[in-house]
Amino acid sequence: MTAAFDKRITDHPILGPLDTTEQCTIFVDSKPLIARLGEPILAALMANDIWITRFTKKLGAPRGLFCGIGLCNDCLVFVDGLGCVRSCVTAVEEDMSIETRTNEKRRF
Amino acid sequence: MRHGRTRSVDSDILVVGAGPAGLAAAIEASEHGATVSIVDENARPGGQLLKQTHRFFGSERHQAGTRGIDIGSRLVATARDRNVDLILDTPVIGIFNGLVVAVNDNRHFLSTRPRRIILATGAAENAISFPGWSLPGVITAGAAQTFVNVHRIRVGENIVVVGSGNVGLIVAYQLMQAGSNVVAIVEAMGQVGGWGVHAAKIRRMGIPILTRHTITEAAGDTHVEQITVHEVDDRLNRLPGSEKALEADTVCLAVGMSPRSHLAEMADCAFTDVPELGGTIPIHNAIMQTSIRSIYCAGDVSGVEEASTAIEEGRLAGLGAAFSLDLVESDLYERRAAICMKALDDLRSGPFGQQRKTGKDAVLREYDEYYKNR
Repeated sequence: MTAAFDKRITDHPILGPLDTTEQCTIFVDSKPLIARLGEPILAALMANDIWITRFTKKLGAPRGLFCGIGLCNDCLVFVDGLGCVRSCVTAVEEDMSIETRTNEKRRF
Repeated sequence: MRHGRTRSVDSDILVVGAGPAGLAAAIEASEHGATVSIVDENARPGGQLLKQTHRFFGSERHQAGTRGIDIGSRLVATARDRNVDLILDTPVIGIFNGLVVAVNDNRHFLSTRPRRIILATGAAENAISFPGWSLPGVITAGAAQTFVNVHRIRVGENIVVVGSGNVGLIVAYQLMQAGSNVVAIVEAMGQVGGWGVHAAKIRRMGIPILTRHTITEAAGDTHVEQITVHEVDDRLNRLPGSEKALEADTVCLAVGMSPRSHLAEMADCAFTDVPELGGTIPIHNAIMQTSIRSIYCAGDVSGVEEASTAIEEGRLAGLGAAFSLDLVESDLYERRAAICMKALDDLRSGPFGQQRKTGKDAVLREYDEYYKNR
């Protein structure tokens, strides 16, 4: 996917313009990123062109969005203070610190 | 953050799942004076209706011409109006001999022993496997719909949709609507699976529907970069030399759904296998009561169909549960049940509905057998 391809749907023929008034800063692998307040962590990651949430422990294979509704556990990330969470159903909070690609660092 | 605090819920009826079936059940039961709580694992009520930006078909009773998202908000508003207690962010983790245990907001336990339980836990999407199917970029059609229509994130630039049932067709259209390019829809059968009206819309947009084709590989380093499809014969074997490469960064799998019946299993409901309805489902009677008398089911968990049938089944389950608690007069009960059952028959007519009707009839027969043999 080209980096120039806009990931946020800022306007939609049925749903109208996207409300981006409430934003927050999250830290993904120590890097600050802007997220929409209340959106799932995974939506914020994808909006910022981050598609890999973790690597599998045995094979080191990349994982990201799969089911999007908290059933498959492919999109697990590590959040400071919360532990290992499903990024597709866990909302971002101001100053949240998130670690992706954690296979070597932590056991899921 | 306080861990381990237990909140108790003392409603007559506990509904699991705040989708169309669960909301309709709660509304119906509360209309007859039952106290009802709904628990749902999501932050917002409405279930899959939250992402249905398309207009529904059918009759006036089923709000034809209204978008799914609006049907969802109406149900939620009505439920709140009727003082239904909506408990969100609360996955139910088990049913232990009538005791329902859930985790509220990642922080507290919630446990309750309601007089009646209505399971409206919906369905989960199926997947198919092929080399590369676990790469980022291979997602379910529901994931695409959730991210595009709810979270407003484009899931890919060039997308291949696998499966041409209504879900595949509708999601392909909605992906285009949101600014992605749908490269093709791949369908293993000889004809399109979904309604002609949806397929016509797709064809008008110039999206090819490759019937008799299946996906055989997704390739890429850390994300999908290229898709391979093959033509297949009647037995779904690949035709040698029919391989085609498609440039795409995303694959959406729209290959059916299975009832999410884990809680019914834990509660020890009797099951039957009905392929027409998506797999293994709790047997139930016409009023949606399972083999465990205090437990009802409604919507996709009782057989995968669609939102309008889920709403009617929800009404029946809510009515049945309220009646069993002596909250409904017999003649009112009979009258309302007959209206819902007639509506379900109408929804299960026609070429697409007949198969589901056959499946549901098989479930009812199983239920009768089950009681005959006890």
